[in-house]
Amino acid sequence: MKLPPFEYACPATINEAVALLAGHGGEAKPLAGGQSLMPMMAFRIAQPSLLVDLRKLPGLKEIKIGADGVRLGALVRWRDILDDKRLDAAHPLLKEAISHVAHYQIRNRGTVGGSCAHADPASEMPGIAQTCEATFSVIGKAGARTIKAADFFQGALTTALKPDEIVTEIHLPAWPAQRRYGFQEFARRRGDFAMAGIALYYDVEGGKAANAHIGVFGVGDCQRRLPKAEAALNGHTVDDALAVKVGEAAAAEVEPQEDIHASSAYRRALTGTLAERALKAAAAR
Amino acid sequence: MTTKFEVNGKQVSVDVEPRLTLADCLRHELRLTGTHIGCEHGVCGACTVLVDGEAVRSCLILAVQAEGSKITTVEGLSSDADLSPLQKSFRKHHALQCGFCTPGFITTAHALLTEEPDCDADRVREVLSGNICRCTGYIGIVEAVLDARAAYKK
Amino acid sequence: MKNTFIGQPMERREDMRFLRGRGEYVDDVAMPGLLYAVILRSSVAHGRLISIDASAALKVPGVHSVITAADMPGGPPIVPMRLQPLPEFKPFEQPVIAHDKVRYVGEPIAVVLASSVAIGEDALEAIAVEIEDLPAVADWQTAAKNKSVLFEKPGTNRSLVFQARKGDADAAFANAPYVRREHLRTGRHYGLTMEPRGVMATWDDAAGKLTVYGAAKVPFFNRRILSAQIKLPVESIEMIENDVGGGYGARGEFYPEDFLIPFAARHVRRPVKWIEDRRETLMAMNHAREEECDLEVACARDGTILAIRGEVHTDMGAYMRTNGAVGARNVSQFMAGPYRVPHVKIDSSLWMTNKTPVGTYRGPGRFEANFFLERMIDMIAADLGIDRIDFRRKNLITSAEQPYPIAHVQPTDARDEYDSGEYSETLERALKEIDWPKLSKLQGKLIDGKYHGLGVVCFIEGGGAGPKESARIEVNKDGTLSVYMGTSSVGQGVETVFAQIAADALEVPVERIHHVYHGSTAYVSDGYGAYHSRSTVMGGSAVLDATNNFMATLRQAAGKRLGCAESNVALDIDKVTGGGRSMELSEFAELTAEGAFLNKKHTYSYGAHVAHITVDARLGRIEIVDYVVVQDVGRAVNPLTVKGQVLGSLVQGLGGAVLEDLKYDENGQFLTGSLADYLLPTATDFPNLRCVVLDDYPSPINPLGVKGAGEGGIIAAGGCMANAVANALQSFGAQPLQLPLTPTYIWELVQAGQKQAAE
Repeated sequence: MKLPPFEYACPATINEAVALLAGHGGEAKPLAGGQSLMPMMAFRIAQPSLLVDLRKLPGLKEIKIGADGVRLGALVRWRDILDDKRLDAAHPLLKEAISHVAHYQIRNRGTVGGSCAHADPASEMPGIAQTCEATFSVIGKAGARTIKAADFFQGALTTALKPDEIVTEIHLPAWPAQRRYGFQEFARRRGDFAMAGIALYYDVEGGKAANAHIGVFGVGDCQRRLPKAEAALNGHTVDDALAVKVGEAAAAEVEPQEDIHASSAYRRALTGTLAERALKAAAAR
Repeated sequence: MTTKFEVNGKQVSVDVEPRLTLADCLRHELRLTGTHIGCEHGVCGACTVLVDGEAVRSCLILAVQAEGSKITTVEGLSSDADLSPLQKSFRKHHALQCGFCTPGFITTAHALLTEEPDCDADRVREVLSGNICRCTGYIGIVEAVLDARAAYKK
Repeated sequence: MKNTFIGQPMERREDMRFLRGRGEYVDDVAMPGLLYAVILRSSVAHGRLISIDASAALKVPGVHSVITAADMPGGPPIVPMRLQPLPEFKPFEQPVIAHDKVRYVGEPIAVVLASSVAIGEDALEAIAVEIEDLPAVADWQTAAKNKSVLFEKPGTNRSLVFQARKGDADAAFANAPYVRREHLRTGRHYGLTMEPRGVMATWDDAAGKLTVYGAAKVPFFNRRILSAQIKLPVESIEMIENDVGGGYGARGEFYPEDFLIPFAARHVRRPVKWIEDRRETLMAMNHAREEECDLEVACARDGTILAIRGEVHTDMGAYMRTNGAVGARNVSQFMAGPYRVPHVKIDSSLWMTNKTPVGTYRGPGRFEANFFLERMIDMIAADLGIDRIDFRRKNLITSAEQPYPIAHVQPTDARDEYDSGEYSETLERALKEIDWPKLSKLQGKLIDGKYHGLGVVCFIEGGGAGPKESARIEVNKDGTLSVYMGTSSVGQGVETVFAQIAADALEVPVERIHHVYHGSTAYVSDGYGAYHSRSTVMGGSAVLDATNNFMATLRQAAGKRLGCAESNVALDIDKVTGGGRSMELSEFAELTAEGAFLNKKHTYSYGAHVAHITVDARLGRIEIVDYVVVQDVGRAVNPLTVKGQVLGSLVQGLGGAVLEDLKYDENGQFLTGSLADYLLPTATDFPNLRCVVLDDYPSPINPLGVKGAGEGGIIAAGGCMANAVANALQSFGAQPLQLPLTPTYIWELVQAGQKQAAE
């Protein structure tokens, strides 16, 4: 399981990196933490002709927290998020989700930008990005642009990124202190990709749920919001009975796949159970 | 490509193909065979080494990416004179049988205990869940790591 | 000095090198001028091999050669069976490389020799293989139709039916007041080792000598196979055992690569190394376990088991490998487990399918049999209104009945009997350890969203297979002693255990046993190896014989030199004394004596598993609250390593019970080709496990009284977990009849129960 041959470059500037990617006609790949790309290359599923190592690019490793929310540099690693005490208040949902990502050693290397660009349907970070309506800043030979999460993720291992574009930053909108949230996932073993996962939050207005955001990952070919479940939540007082209803709505609107770890029917039921439990946990906070 | 980094306190310079992983570089270029390769796809943890003090899977890093880093392998955590307190604890608790996964557990546990000498059993299990041992059932390993905490407290 | 090293929980001497990264596994051995072998494997499950074109691969810079069946004069040799080598199996044995057909995904087609593994892998993509697809046989039911046959000559996919018989089961069933019949199945597992396999071979043209590194488990036997295949006398082949990163039954059997690499080394007259990678080991190393059965149990109304009868079907994969028949044989002979069953009739069919061939995995056939019968016992006890523990108590074999004869198996004519033990004592101890009376109130209770369940099972573990094992003691130049063994290490700690036994017998401090050498063929005249939990039983007993012979040889030599009667010579640590005089032991350097232990009987350790689990019925998630294994091992030489064997094998068993399953689709395509697909237990899966090792009933069949103890943890884990799940989900009427107990399966059982309740 040795890697296929490729060229390697480690540019010092973003412009250089973009030029290298653009110069290889879609055969080049950016290398961030490499925790998804390297296994794919080991199985020779991915055979890029050039790897552009992003590690020397300036300014991509910072977590910026401001009035407009949280800005994660593309090279922010899972452990940076878990170690950052500010995020306990600035984005507790993000922090809880990331505590489920893979294992200790992977969390020392894996990055938010790499995970989103890889776009595994069962990854937590794209799930959070979708749920929280994140915006991706990307840069390519045509210049910089921003892409909304809903447009960024297009399917399993498929994003709106052009071959010459790299993610520079992920922006999560501001998180009000009173916001209720829940996160639930279930995998065969701790650290495995989840068979299903739910991230959700809502605000409380006049004792009732508002601004409901419910996202699912690990079910279907892409992380996505669940508008019918959100509609079932908005405008209602959150109690156990409502949680059951929202769970049922979530289960009804997913299109679960079947694989060696879970049947389609089970995954649908699991989605509902996790949504129900996430909502109960949110209400109990 | 020529790449330079530090391994177990010694500066090394190796001329490698870009596709060579750090694990293969350590084992076959530098003959540090204590780092083991068990899966080559980032699941088993046998190849865990410390890069700048942090535990990482050396099968998921290119040797050329290690440029300028300080690498520590199981050999770097060992001495001729005696076992380290962590190693002694592994021996005492029969935390190994065939020994193949052991270097990865030693490096991972060392990183954990260096950063978190007060970690509890749940945290130990959570961190070690990135390393697979097929012989012991983990019971002895978790006991060994917990028992070694005292040696890491300042 | 009178030693008592036996029985001490001694820290292992092996650990000193393993903990410091100083073990030497086969891939750690460097050799100048090496070529690296990479194997092209079939991506087709069943097909006719039309052509192989390696011309483009040979043009890849760094590629030295490509070896196929065409390079083997007279065609590729066949790998013969080591255990149960019946003539019926001959047509189903595996050629070392495909030449006319491919029969499973992963079957070797060509060997690329290159200057690096990476280049060899690059070249694989350049080899053009033409295969004409044939209909794949992906399960035993399809095999049984015999529409598509793997082997044209025998014309059937069934290689054999083992028949286990005792008494007259049909008559017992005809008169039985109560009979229950169930259909049960286990998943496909394997003894995955953390170190994948590896073979390195060097050929010395001048001396005509072949040296093979990476030998494991049964090096002497494998040398005989290789000798016949490669047409060299055994004396011209040396097998070297390096450190071995796990065995579990799977590692060290003779596989195609064990011929291909030595052959390649001689063919190109260069050293050749092959290190299996994880993707290929999942489809190249022996699979195991996938068995399905229809089992009937007849009982009296008071719960006395009258008879068992059934048919078992094993999915053998594509070829009969060296030890491939063991699981299907064992499941028939040990279906009755530790229970008094006067009448047994089990037919066990071996079906060839287009999957990776089957071999043994720790507790072969025993894990399956235990799950099948123990699952039924819980259902039967409930039917009869008898407490499931009382049911077991009533039927467990007592010490007064030992040695207890068990079913004999045809066509191997295997007759056997259990050796010693009061089986109920381990059950009682296990119940006490887990505090069953207190926990029993929790059975089926829903607390904080989780159902509590208790599982209990009893098991028997066979060990100590003969016919023989050898050991040799030698005086080193510095006056210390070395022990040379015919058995092998697969990581169990035999260096420590044999040192304990030798030091006790010689009455010297254990440090005087400088080293225990094992595995390689140069150490003793004849050796057998590490399988069937035999190393301590057979090897340990051989050490005792070797120490006796050693002392006799030493007395003879020292009597002359000390000028005293042989009977007056004594070994006093590092001195040899007699007639009032004394010499340094080092003056007898190179004095050596070999010993052996011969035995045709088997040891039977036994015990009980009890578990307290919870089940989240909506997630289908199982958590273990407490789990206790009690096992009587006859005599524990090193309690530390015995506990390691029990707990380690237990977690493997729990993996098989809950996580592990090798999957294929209906075309025989392999679906579990990575460690993200084949799920091994990790540190977070099964935290609360305990074991108690007893040595109350020594084995009467060997001088140490020891019994094989490497498999007791795994054997009963599937049955215990399934019984605990049934107990937890009793309000749904859930009866798990298959393993593994995946979240999907548990959820389906709950759904079915809810549906039935609603109707």
